[in-house]
Amino acid sequence: MFKDALFLLTEYKEYFIKGTMNTLLFSFSGTAIGIIIGLCTGIIRTAPESKNKVIFVLQKIVNAIIYCYVELFRGTPMMVQSMVIYWGYAFATGGKTLDLTLSAIMIIAINTGAYMTEIVRGGIISVDKGQFEAASAIGMNHTQTMTKIIIPQVLRNILPSTSNELLNNIKDSSVLNVIGATELFFNGGLIGRKKYMIFQSYLVVCIIYLIITLIVTNILRKFEKILEGNEDFLIVPSQTISQVKNDER
Amino acid sequence: MKDNILEVNGLTKIFGENSVLRGIDFSISKGEIVSVIGSSGSGKSTFLRCINLLANPDGGKIMFHGKNIQDADFDLSKYRSKVTMVFQSFNLFKNLNVLDNCKIPQEVVLGTKPEEAEKIAMEYLSKVGMDAYINARPKQISGGQQQRVAIARALCMNPEVLLFDEPTSALDPETIGDVLDVIQKLAKSGMTMIIVTHEMAFARDVSDRIVFMHDGIIWEEGTPDQIFNHPERPETRDFLSRFTKNRYED
Ligand SMILES: Nc1ncnc2c1ncn2[C@@H]1O[C@H](COP(=O)(O)OP(=O)(O)OP(=O)(O)O)[C@@H](O)[C@H]1O
Ligand SMILES: [Mg+2]
Repeated sequence: MFKDALFLLTEYKEYFIKGTMNTLLFSFSGTAIGIIIGLCTGIIRTAPESKNKVIFVLQKIVNAIIYCYVELFRGTPMMVQSMVIYWGYAFATGGKTLDLTLSAIMIIAINTGAYMTEIVRGGIISVDKGQFEAASAIGMNHTQTMTKIIIPQVLRNILPSTSNELLNNIKDSSVLNVIGATELFFNGGLIGRKKYMIFQSYLVVCIIYLIITLIVTNILRKFEKILEGNEDFLIVPSQTISQVKNDER
Repeated sequence: MKDNILEVNGLTKIFGENSVLRGIDFSISKGEIVSVIGSSGSGKSTFLRCINLLANPDGGKIMFHGKNIQDADFDLSKYRSKVTMVFQSFNLFKNLNVLDNCKIPQEVVLGTKPEEAEKIAMEYLSKVGMDAYINARPKQISGGQQQRVAIARALCMNPEVLLFDEPTSALDPETIGDVLDVIQKLAKSGMTMIIVTHEMAFARDVSDRIVFMHDGIIWEEGTPDQIFNHPERPETRDFLSRFTKNRYED
């Protein structure tokens, strides 16, 4: 069994490598764009109501659109979304099809964006109200407060959920096989059918997925540690507090 | 005639059915130190928050150097840097270290150059005795230290009036003194301040005027001697006697 798997792996090395690369490309760039979408929509949804009537109405409309977007993409399977978007485009243009790589990244991005909207919104809402008040009380406007104070805290707080999105996307990008995107699962199937070694081929695929997610999980954990920052800080010697214990470093 | 920095006329604030401020008339002149006392729920915090426009007044006028702060063309951002607030819960920016807490607001709000902002930050941080901790994050220092940094952060904006909302109520007894010392030093340097506090002895020492709030209005005001030694209205006497007996009773 392992001999077959090893045979497939060496014989069809390029297919597995290409599939792995595509899976990484789709999931990483899709997640990255999705995070940006989610940041924008999350920030818009939590912005205070404008006093300007025109902007206020605009805000309401945009918020309604974001609401529909989030519910639509969280409430349907990504596999179905892939088909609807890919074939919907073909239908609307009378047979032209989208570039597969582009479609794959776009589908993951839009899907992730919907989840990230809610994650970012929750992250902003859960920042201590005192942070907003202190910033206002000192003269910072909403944009300044968001960029300098709130978003840095939100990014740190939502890191675990964001990591989770990335890991899910690495695995769930396998559904893109339905539109024929040549990611790992698709290529694995291709080889399996060619050689009548379906199980052995998917075994290889399975192990590659596992290796990727293990590596990514570990890197993300290290990253979280770094962001948490040092437990200690350096005391700067000064005239005013020279009696402070220096052995604390 | 005194030159009033701030003038409040008939200020009202309603939360739902609850009339929290019912017509406050108040003014403060340059260098004056006013302590606001009163029982819980009398509207002291709401009053300060209205002055800084963290809460929107429902009626009345607040004038800063003769200009209505609620006018559409009033520069609210600049005003808030001039009349800034120190909170009970410090509210240091959690994502920034001590130095940046004092530095970033200057750059963002006042447009101060980074080197200049750092110099000013260091100056005020050493004034409050926190210059040794510039690399620390807020959660790494004690409440009293955080509050002193918060005061330095406010001072960095070069304010004309400082508003304090119970600056020592969230502190351990040992660190209250450090913070009160800093405020006392500011008082000596001529800073204009409105201080909401339950520290009666401190209020008596530091203030030029005491304001007793009750039921959403200024019930009685006067010099510390007048209010603490010869209060005229029964509610004031009642509050002070309850307070000296047991400050946690009200
Ligand atoms: N955002 C709000 N929404 C509704 N009611 C509020 C709000 N803020 C304050 N209140 C109410 O207004 C009243 C006055 O509150 P305020 O915080 O001004 O009192 P305070 O004098 O500062 O009391 P304390 O000494 O406890 O701080 C209280 O009854 C409070 O419940
Ligand atoms: Mg209060």
